[in-house]
Amino acid sequence: MEAMRLIDENGLRIDGRKVDELRPIRIEAGVLKRADGSAYVEWGKNKVIAAVYGPRECHPRHLQDPSKALVQCRYNMIAFSVMERKRPGPDRRSVEISKIIAEALEYVIFTEYFPRTSIDVYIEILQANAGTRCAGLTAASVALADAGVPMKDLVPAVAVGKVDNQVVLDLTKEEDNHGQADLPMAIIPRTGEVLLMQMDGHMTVEEFNKAIDLGYKACEKIYQLQKDALRRRYAVEEIETFEEAQHPQTAMEE
Amino acid sequence: MKEGERDFNKDKESLVKPVREIVVPGDLLDSGKLKPGDGTYLSNGKIYASQLGIKSIKSNFVNVIPLGGPYIPSPGDSVIGKIVDIGPSNWLVDINSPYPAPLHVTEVPWKVEFGDTARYLNIGDTILAKVLLVDETKRVQVTMKEQGLRKLQGGQIIDISHSKVPRVIGKGGSMIQMIKSYTNCRIFVGQNGRIWLDGDIENIVYAIRAIRMIEEGAQTLRLTERVKEYLESMTRSGLNGKQQ
Repeated sequence: MEAMRLIDENGLRIDGRKVDELRPIRIEAGVLKRADGSAYVEWGKNKVIAAVYGPRECHPRHLQDPSKALVQCRYNMIAFSVMERKRPGPDRRSVEISKIIAEALEYVIFTEYFPRTSIDVYIEILQANAGTRCAGLTAASVALADAGVPMKDLVPAVAVGKVDNQVVLDLTKEEDNHGQADLPMAIIPRTGEVLLMQMDGHMTVEEFNKAIDLGYKACEKIYQLQKDALRRRYAVEEIETFEEAQHPQTAMEE
Repeated sequence: MKEGERDFNKDKESLVKPVREIVVPGDLLDSGKLKPGDGTYLSNGKIYASQLGIKSIKSNFVNVIPLGGPYIPSPGDSVIGKIVDIGPSNWLVDINSPYPAPLHVTEVPWKVEFGDTARYLNIGDTILAKVLLVDETKRVQVTMKEQGLRKLQGGQIIDISHSKVPRVIGKGGSMIQMIKSYTNCRIFVGQNGRIWLDGDIENIVYAIRAIRMIEEGAQTLRLTERVKEYLESMTRSGLNGKQQ
């Protein structure tokens, strides 16, 4: 009945990972010069770039909120990101993902600091191999921090799922297509609050709880990678006295 | 809350030297003894960083000095603005922040008749202005009714990150004074990250390069010396070039 075996007798998956192992992840902050903040994430075979503009004046004007900033997001898959050429432009799936990512980010950003503005997040999927919404959200939160946007915490995201009757972490394309369930999730690591959770497929309650546990542990690891990426971007051997920065003054010409 | 506890530790904490450490949003800064300052937030009695920046402790407050982010005007800031729109009794000034700032005719040093605004300041003109007031919805007003505030004529304008402005100015204006004396330029640094320079075209180029150096190496050591070396070498070769 099973067309493909995704986990072998040693408990290893087709790419040689254990069931609770993440794909190799590399995060880089500040990769774009023109955007206010940016980040690049390589997550297994996924390649994602995220750029942030703002807070900036919100256009069209009728969308402005006098009490807080508007968080807008566009998740886009590039035509060459998948095997079969993807027709460019927003579709049902990417509109949905844009919306849920914007809502997840809105919760962590201190939007009330910037009334009447918009914070625009652009996520481009250069290469996809399952789990792009998680990679995209991970990249977007690093890009937001890089842009200097005040926020509660960084947002790590990961997908868990069920493959060959086993709960596994971080599904690949094959596992996603032929597996039994896929559950992307994003959390605030400090409080454990859930910012994003979707599920496709079926899992028992026990499996679900196990999957969530796995996801939380993986998010901690990704969180660490996000922090490292930001620190690396601004790392200098020694930081000179910043006392001056605390006495801002304007030099008038004589 | 816990006021007593904080006061108790006040004297001890104020003696602690400022710490220089890069923090990212969500990093724990302090758990109870200090007060939350800029770039921080309070949650369950603990202080966390809300912005990417450098942690600093000053007189019982934990602050995060941001490494980027937009310029948010606050009253009293001297800024360089560009006129982007004209109304019959006001101008709209772009002050390099998410919020446009209106300049009313009563806030300029000239007597302007109704509808005659374009005679004094036109679209594209740049001005030295001061932020007059900012309300809670971040509605900004600027003024030119103060000494030294005027329309800028000639010269060039460059943009830097507003968080680097204190570095460009230096301790007590030392950095900017040095650039001025080496390049013989007239320079004005706006709090919004705009810098206006006027002088000999070659010297302006040197001054801009020096400012870019400061911007790139804002957190590095011996920055002042390096900028000084650069300016010394450039102005010397520049003078030699002229003599030949």
